[in-house]
Amino acid sequence: MTGFRLDKGGLIERRQKINFRFNGQQVTGFKGDTIASALMASGHMLVGRSFKYHRPRGIMSAGVEEGGALFNTGDGAARVPNVKGSVTEISEGLRVYSQNVFPSPGFDLGAVNGLFAPFITAGFYYKTFMGPFANTKFWMLCERFIRRAAGLGQASREADPSTYDIANGFCDALVIGSGPAGLTAAAGLAEKGLNVILVEQDFECGGNWLATADKIDLASRDQLLARISAAGGQIMTRSTAFGLYDGHVAGVIERCTDHLSEPHPVLPREIFHIIRAGHIILATGALERGLAIGNNDKPGVMLAHALTHYAGRYGVMPGSMAVLATCHDGTYEDAVYLAKKGMQITLLDARNKPSHLHKKAEAAGISVMLGCVPVNIVGGKRVAGVEFGQLGAGDKVEDSRKVIGCDVVGLSGGYSPVVNLLSHRGVKPIWNERLQAFLSGKTAENIYTIGAADGFYDEESVLLSAKKVVGMLTGKPFYGRLNRGWPTSIRPLFEIRTSRKLKCFIDPQHDVTTDDIRQAELEGFTSVEHMKRYTTLGMATDQGRVGNVLGIAAMADALGQSIKETGITTFRPPFTPVSIGALAGRYSGAHWAPTRRSPMHHQHIAAGAVLTDAGLWKRPWYYPHAAETIDDAYIREAATIRQTVGMVDVSTLGKIAVQGPDATTFLNRIYINGFAKLTVGRARYGVMLRDDGMVLDDGTTWRLEDDDYFMTTTTAQAGPVMQFMEELLQTRWTDLRVHLSSVTDLWAGMAIAGPLARNLLAQAVPHLDWSDEAFSFMAVKQSTIHIADTEIECRIARISFSGERAFELYVNADHGAMVWQYLTDFVARFDGCLYGMEALGTLRIEKGHVTAAELDGRVTLEDAGFTKMASDKKPYIGSVLRKRPHLQTSDRPKLVGIFPKDKAHRFGSGSVLCAKGQVAGFGEGWITAVTHSPVFGHYIGLGFISGGADAWRGKPVIIADPVRGQFTEAEIVSPHMFDPSSERQQG
Amino acid sequence: MLRLNCPFCGLRDHHEFAYLEDASVQMPSFEDTSEKAWFEAVFLRKNPRGVHVEHWHHIHGCRMILRVERDTQTHVISKVEAAHPSFRQRLNDVNDETKLIRKARSKT
Repeated sequence: MTGFRLDKGGLIERRQKINFRFNGQQVTGFKGDTIASALMASGHMLVGRSFKYHRPRGIMSAGVEEGGALFNTGDGAARVPNVKGSVTEISEGLRVYSQNVFPSPGFDLGAVNGLFAPFITAGFYYKTFMGPFANTKFWMLCERFIRRAAGLGQASREADPSTYDIANGFCDALVIGSGPAGLTAAAGLAEKGLNVILVEQDFECGGNWLATADKIDLASRDQLLARISAAGGQIMTRSTAFGLYDGHVAGVIERCTDHLSEPHPVLPREIFHIIRAGHIILATGALERGLAIGNNDKPGVMLAHALTHYAGRYGVMPGSMAVLATCHDGTYEDAVYLAKKGMQITLLDARNKPSHLHKKAEAAGISVMLGCVPVNIVGGKRVAGVEFGQLGAGDKVEDSRKVIGCDVVGLSGGYSPVVNLLSHRGVKPIWNERLQAFLSGKTAENIYTIGAADGFYDEESVLLSAKKVVGMLTGKPFYGRLNRGWPTSIRPLFEIRTSRKLKCFIDPQHDVTTDDIRQAELEGFTSVEHMKRYTTLGMATDQGRVGNVLGIAAMADALGQSIKETGITTFRPPFTPVSIGALAGRYSGAHWAPTRRSPMHHQHIAAGAVLTDAGLWKRPWYYPHAAETIDDAYIREAATIRQTVGMVDVSTLGKIAVQGPDATTFLNRIYINGFAKLTVGRARYGVMLRDDGMVLDDGTTWRLEDDDYFMTTTTAQAGPVMQFMEELLQTRWTDLRVHLSSVTDLWAGMAIAGPLARNLLAQAVPHLDWSDEAFSFMAVKQSTIHIADTEIECRIARISFSGERAFELYVNADHGAMVWQYLTDFVARFDGCLYGMEALGTLRIEKGHVTAAELDGRVTLEDAGFTKMASDKKPYIGSVLRKRPHLQTSDRPKLVGIFPKDKAHRFGSGSVLCAKGQVAGFGEGWITAVTHSPVFGHYIGLGFISGGADAWRGKPVIIADPVRGQFTEAEIVSPHMFDPSSERQQG
Repeated sequence: MLRLNCPFCGLRDHHEFAYLEDASVQMPSFEDTSEKAWFEAVFLRKNPRGVHVEHWHHIHGCRMILRVERDTQTHVISKVEAAHPSFRQRLNDVNDETKLIRKARSKT
């Protein structure tokens, strides 16, 4: 007989029908049903296939521990894999698909894997690397096979169309779990004035009170919920606390829309709440574990208490005749409850001594068989009966092969308190022999465990454990004795072995059996952490909730030691799977990182600029005319600047105001060259090192007033330079009176370069004297620009990166666009052009000026050709360690220029430089930048090569690009390829 | 996540800060020309189990550098104060003054 719905009862809305599709077939359930309860009610017992052997799988549990009822839901981009049917609500039109099945769960071709079972046991994959297969490609073949067969569900390959959010929460007390303990604690704390957040992963509050859906229990629940709300507590359902982190911070995922039949107009699919709590109360309950017996994965085999849950909460019976097998009192309650609902029950209790509930059970018409254990499940694609045996002396099972006919089996080997979250905090669970369970160890943090999560199983103790924590946190300690466990003690029962060779599953998701554990032991993987990785026990989506303790017990048994000595693996977040999208929140696509735009951004767009990313910045790359390619455009731009004039946006340069009476001293200490004698109205090019003697950055610093400097840094290093200078002033040179402010965003910068730059500016800003005498190289002026009636403050310095006569002009960022537009008109009048990053690169490569491509943090002053700049009259940052002997060797790679031998040849940056005839390995150097130079009429490059240009004069080198198969002969030249005496810029 | 109680801004998430360096290292004096002294200060670090003194930069906040005592084993942060001695002193003075004012108020 298959599952059916009871006529009445359950927390379902029988008037609200919901239709969904299971493998294309319509199934009807009610509001309040999960996928599993609706499938069970409509007679579906075989719902999928297992991962490795493709064995039939049914519904096994009623919670997050589910190892059988795993589905794909949704189609296309919205497909979600490994959805647990036991906890997922149904919604109208939901599409549910079985996993690991082809063509259908009933007839599956993959089941042929079962025949190969002896060859694909634990560690099979690793073995393809070893023994006769070592150094062969056999593992690659196996990998292809394994990859296709593996991976439970199938994730969509399309971009996730859902939106997600991240929310930040704060509270005095975070209560995790809304069972009797959690609700009691939350209500008590909220009423004492604490700001309380209660999170519940289910869509209904109540925890274990939901299992039997008892009216009195539900009334207690509703009353507690009302008290929490009345006291201002926040109740979050469909919200899983998936991890606990440092500082009493919990990660919580709230599922907002998956249960809705219609898409929600506003809500994101999920919200990732980062909750910072003063205290965290774990009322996470306990999960039942099964028994390792033969064929215990057959559809119809469930956890004993799950049967109660389905009958009580959903009004669904998986069958009408059940065998329950247990070793503790808990299952007696289940048996009595199910018998009342009309199920015919046989209860096998491994204990010889009758429980205090024995009489109650017999009175309910249950046949109780003491000292009996199940051995094997019989049946085809679902349960037909249980073979059982008698537990004799020395725990030997007398395998009678007697069968009790039934259509459902409920197994229970005890309960495992959910200690996972505290384990995230590094608190090792400790085996409790009396309870036969792992309980949390002690923690110094404000985290408390209550209820079943701390081993309290009877309701009175559960509620008292909650009240005790409330008392402790509100200054009214409570001294009462609480009792863990059950009145009649549990008997240890894990795997039931006979002389028969049976497949006893402990991890139904990963198809791990007790034989796999013994194999791991035989092969020396005896530590629980090794065992876990070797067998993959507990590594599937249920994280071994049902099987972990059984696996540990099997390993302990194989090693002849206790469970306590064997220990448990460390639980890590997340508690249940988390959508990656939820962790990303809104920070994806264009919002993955902030976008920084220059004040002239819209002018660049209007001028047809193609933009490129420079760190977070969007910068003009080139300004194509008509059908120009990037090469056409940048070569034209670079050539124009050498002939007339050009203008480039330099707003992205880092700008730092260095102010204060000791500013000069400070600058003199951080730059390698002297700054003490820089006069007001002059700028100086400077280079900074790190403490280890490597080049940190270069840039110009302008002296505006005696105690007021304007420093520019490269775009890339603006942040690190600012940070380093702040560090020096706040930790090392605390006596220096210097103030730093980042003013990068306050100033719009533009450089006007070219032989006609002076003529242009003389027309655009006529009140200034632009003659060489008045405005010499490196001179600085603070003035104003007049555009119509607006007077705009500006600072101008005669500085050149291009090697031409050039001026850098900074104006208030708000006026940047206006000034840029104004100057653009003059640029056109002088037959000049706007230029972008690519032409800027061309001009600086021709001059051998370095940028971040060269200054990569591994370069010394000698390497970059700055040696002569360094002062030997003063100490400066890095002045000692830059002289380390191995940084002074003559064969270090040094900055050089590169010309191709055949001028028609093109080559690429990133290529390796090798001596001719010795193209191998890392060669002698590398190329950092390449451009087509209009002044030379061919490609040129900058790079580093051992010994520098002097060592390679007249010696041919090969530019090797082995990936593309390109090898170009080249000659090494001085890096100062164009205008080496710098006559053009200094005029 | 780590949460640091910035003496200037209050309790904040670690995202706002950048770890800077081991604060137990005494950098040589600026004029010191001993390669050994600089080498040891720049490259050699202890890796203690227990309380570690470090500098954190409140880079997305007040931009002050903080001297933080953090237990490397438990991540417990036992002390956060301004790295700059003058700021540290001034903050202590302000705290003392505040206490005195409160005390005076409570008496009246």
